[in-house]
Amino acid sequence: MLEIKDVHFHYGQAHVLQGVDLAIGDEPLALIGRNGMGKTTLCHSIMGMARISRGSIRFQGTEIQGRRPDHIARSGIALVPQGRRVFPSLTVDEHLRLVAKGRNRPWTIERVYETFPRLAERKRNGGAQLSGGEQQMLAIARALLTNPRLVIMDEPSEGLAPVIVDHLCIVLRDLAKSGMGILLVEQNLGVATTVCDRVAVMVTGRIAATMPSQDLLEDETAQRRWLGVSAHA
Amino acid sequence: MTGMIRSWPLALTAAVIAVLVILPLLLPNFWIANILGRSIAYGIIALSLTFLATYGGFVSLAQTMIAGVAGYTIAILAPTAIPAGAGWSYGLAIPFAILMATLAGLIVGAIAVRTRGIYLLMITLALAVGFSLFVQSNVELFNGYEGIRNVVGPDVFGMPFRTPLVFYYVSLATAVLLYLGVMYLVRTPFGLVLQALRDNSRRAAALGYNTALHRIAAFGAAGFIAGCGGVLTCFYNIGISPGSVGMGATVNILIMSVIGGLGHPIGAFIGALIFTLIDTFAASIYDRDRFNTLIGLLFLVIVLASPDGVLGIGKKLAGLFRRKERSAEAAPVSPAQASPAQSEH
Repeated sequence: MLEIKDVHFHYGQAHVLQGVDLAIGDEPLALIGRNGMGKTTLCHSIMGMARISRGSIRFQGTEIQGRRPDHIARSGIALVPQGRRVFPSLTVDEHLRLVAKGRNRPWTIERVYETFPRLAERKRNGGAQLSGGEQQMLAIARALLTNPRLVIMDEPSEGLAPVIVDHLCIVLRDLAKSGMGILLVEQNLGVATTVCDRVAVMVTGRIAATMPSQDLLEDETAQRRWLGVSAHA
Repeated sequence: MTGMIRSWPLALTAAVIAVLVILPLLLPNFWIANILGRSIAYGIIALSLTFLATYGGFVSLAQTMIAGVAGYTIAILAPTAIPAGAGWSYGLAIPFAILMATLAGLIVGAIAVRTRGIYLLMITLALAVGFSLFVQSNVELFNGYEGIRNVVGPDVFGMPFRTPLVFYYVSLATAVLLYLGVMYLVRTPFGLVLQALRDNSRRAAALGYNTALHRIAAFGAAGFIAGCGGVLTCFYNIGISPGSVGMGATVNILIMSVIGGLGHPIGAFIGALIFTLIDTFAASIYDRDRFNTLIGLLFLVIVLASPDGVLGIGKKLAGLFRRKERSAEAAPVSPAQASPAQSEH
């Protein structure tokens, strides 16, 4: 679905992405790595929010590198950004009405409220008044309502209470089952391996390895080398 | 931020409109035309600014100039104008003038679209000053420093437009329609996108919205509003001259908007009324020549006391009142629940 080939990105003098190769198919893929390895930059590069200096990003066979973010979003990729970034002055309902287009799509406002009952309760609340978990649900709902083929989630479990993280995992697995492409960027190995059967490991701007989740879970040496942590869920 | 005013019951809006409809029947002509009518006409121009500021986050200094585009267009086309121009009927000239203002708004938007904050101020100020110099120096078309006179407006039901009651009611009806139009527009998907852009434009782009086009369209809508105000103020002043679009006039509209409050479109009319009252009565309070000192001092006091203008002061008082009520009953909200996610990413 998404093919990333030899992508380089420079942030001033810093060579942040140093030739990333990654392919995302129908199976959900987790991208893990420590802080500062370039995971968020890669998300922004795919979305067109960061201009890459070299390489190719193809989505469903079409080159999208160099296109504007709004074009890329309309071509069927949605990003759930790190830190959620809901619009502080729009209410939950306004967020959803903003993005919702037509009733004959798989994701409608009604379906969002069914999937996230908490959001229905908070309909009239402003984005800034929501808790972290609610903001995350809203950010995900906002992305889903664009009815994307591929959704990229940048550290959705960051800063959430464990019980909310569990709920999030269930939602993400259901999404994956529904056939939506998922690129899940995570630092939490537990979440990554629960949602995705395959993981890619990012180390200093490159993909160091792609492997089945189970293999990484069983290989503590690899975990320590690439992530500096062992699994915690 | 606008929560309290948004939740004002419809009944209150209806009551305010009812008072505004009945009020002139009780007032002398001077008050009807020169205080209320003038406040509403200039308030419409200020509304175009508060609309952009509230929902788009742009403070544009070009709104007076855009009103001037409508004013000059109607003055050149009007059948009664001295010196005589194209001699169109008012029925054609008025919509055409508003159309020209809308186009001017779109052009200003297209020029200013990639700038924010101080740079937007500078660009729109440059456009305003440029336009004022342009009409001053093009004597053939705009009659230079003198401007165009005797633009009296059409007759309404057989009465001259400048009959105080006619001018007042037409201005009021225009203002109410434009205000309701703004309130409707900001609830449409377009209005929501505009507010999303103001909150975080990168995020709105990543959701699939063309940020530039939406911003330009907002300037177009503001141009339409300013154009309506430009036509009315041109009739009010019986013509237009470079002074109507100069720096002074530009700053006046900004002052009205800030005094009223940039946080809500209605601030435009409150600010315009306060401004007009001071402008008119400064002479009897103090000294005619000291008008600028007085308005300057008031401006300073309001900005210091409440950056959100008179509306902000009202909101603060309402907030205090509510807190007193609430402290009696409910437990406080935890700060974590109220943490905003505001930074641009």
